[in-house]
Amino acid sequence: MNRLRFWCLAPATTLLAVLFLVPILIIAAYSLLSRGPYGGVMPPWTLENYTRLADPLYLSILWRTSLYSLAATAVCLLAGFPLAWFISRSGPRKSLFLALVIVPFWTSFLVRTYAWMFLLRDTGLINSTLQSLGLIHQPLPLLYTPFAVIVGLVYGYLPFMILPIYATLEKLDPSLLEASADLGARPITTMFQIVIPLARPGMLAGGVLVFISCLGAYLTPDLLGGGKTIMIGNLVQNQFTAARDWPFGAALSLLLMAVVMAMLMPVLRREKDGLL
Amino acid sequence: MSRWLSLYAVAAYAFLHLPLAVLAVFSFNSSRVTAWESFSFTWYRAAFTDPQLSEATVNSFLIGAAATILATAIGTLCAYALWKRGSLPITSTLYLSMVTPEIVLGIALLALYQWMFRYLGLQLGLHTVILAHVMFCTAYVVTVVAARLRSIDASLEEAALDLGATDWQAFHRVTLPQLVPAIVSAALLVFITSFDDFVITSLVAGVDSETLPMVIYAMARKGFNPAVNAISTMIVLGLGVLILLSSRLERKP
Repeated sequence: MNRLRFWCLAPATTLLAVLFLVPILIIAAYSLLSRGPYGGVMPPWTLENYTRLADPLYLSILWRTSLYSLAATAVCLLAGFPLAWFISRSGPRKSLFLALVIVPFWTSFLVRTYAWMFLLRDTGLINSTLQSLGLIHQPLPLLYTPFAVIVGLVYGYLPFMILPIYATLEKLDPSLLEASADLGARPITTMFQIVIPLARPGMLAGGVLVFISCLGAYLTPDLLGGGKTIMIGNLVQNQFTAARDWPFGAALSLLLMAVVMAMLMPVLRREKDGLL
Repeated sequence: MSRWLSLYAVAAYAFLHLPLAVLAVFSFNSSRVTAWESFSFTWYRAAFTDPQLSEATVNSFLIGAAATILATAIGTLCAYALWKRGSLPITSTLYLSMVTPEIVLGIALLALYQWMFRYLGLQLGLHTVILAHVMFCTAYVVTVVAARLRSIDASLEEAALDLGATDWQAFHRVTLPQLVPAIVSAALLVFITSFDDFVITSLVAGVDSETLPMVIYAMARKGFNPAVNAISTMIVLGLGVLILLSSRLERKP
């Protein structure tokens, strides 16, 4: 058995070591080095890349990233919970309603973001429809705004909220709801006293998944936002391309990874059996 | 069920599906501007005859096929070994590779490839994209196959071993056949993920290895081009069929 096990694990461990762990270690090393004259890195070792994170310019980008991510997570929670509840109560057509959430989620993230560009641009569908109806004379500035970025994030990650909430609601014992109703509680009371407290693990898992996905967002702010809405992901990309400041980009990447991991720990610990 | 909840569900599903549906409808609009003129296949013709698009499509299929075969094989073997006896370091690394933001994975791989360029003469190209895709897709395969393995009765394999089968025979004649639906489902997921990836791909692709998402991105940035609506519609439909197929297989007992 041990030989077979070794050969089964060898490709995956080699792959993960060479193409994941080593690159992350290289980034960690870069984050402690100085910027080379033409991009790249050079000695001496320094912590300066981390202290620069406290620069007001970068702090404002970190702050904006957290704010947009929090806003998108809140909207996803408010919009996702009722839909998850609807699906869990929908009886025999449950799998159809679930598929209707999952299928658009898996079809091209890029195309889904592009669809919002098509709707929101100055000559886009929303503006041209409103103009032809005579409701507005100037196109509304919709694209390249914080609004567009948050809509894009919500649209991109809503299923991350719906699916874990649905999973907890699905396991909810229906007799609890009957008991609550029998004891005279109105549906709204049952919802707030019974359903929502019991769905908390799903809400927590969904919230963390949406929030960390938003923190690492790159494509959404890049296509739907403008220069004033850049988030950490764009800043990282910029340091490795136009700005040619690899050490700082590496420090930002590690910060992003550390935050994501710290947020996921409690969720993973809760799911003891985990996904694997 | 209350009427308000059903009404809300209609609105929520409209939010999820209308943007893509509108895109599909307008891909058949003959006009260049966003006002309905008449039904036409103009933009589909434009998309099909664009040499840059067809080259990128070929690249995307090549990368997708290679990444699918490699990631599915590597991930399935890994899931099988972990099913026999778990390994916390490997499981944690797989998790970590799944939750690391794409942009971080992309620049980390770029940094590695730069090193390999300097010391081994490695050039960016289709192969570097394929390796990147195999890396971030393997964890998906392990997840899907491991879920199926958990529902399999381990005593079947033990019986095979007791009856004199070798380890390898027990694996490929007893356990592997039971995993086929999950493996196909995982392979479809890998293909979809690989075909669609933009963030990592754009960082590690060479000049001659542009993929379809990279071309769409460039066209979308340049300004409005209805041909993008046509390609997007085809991608959504194609990937939609694959994901339906995949989720059906995943649920198969």
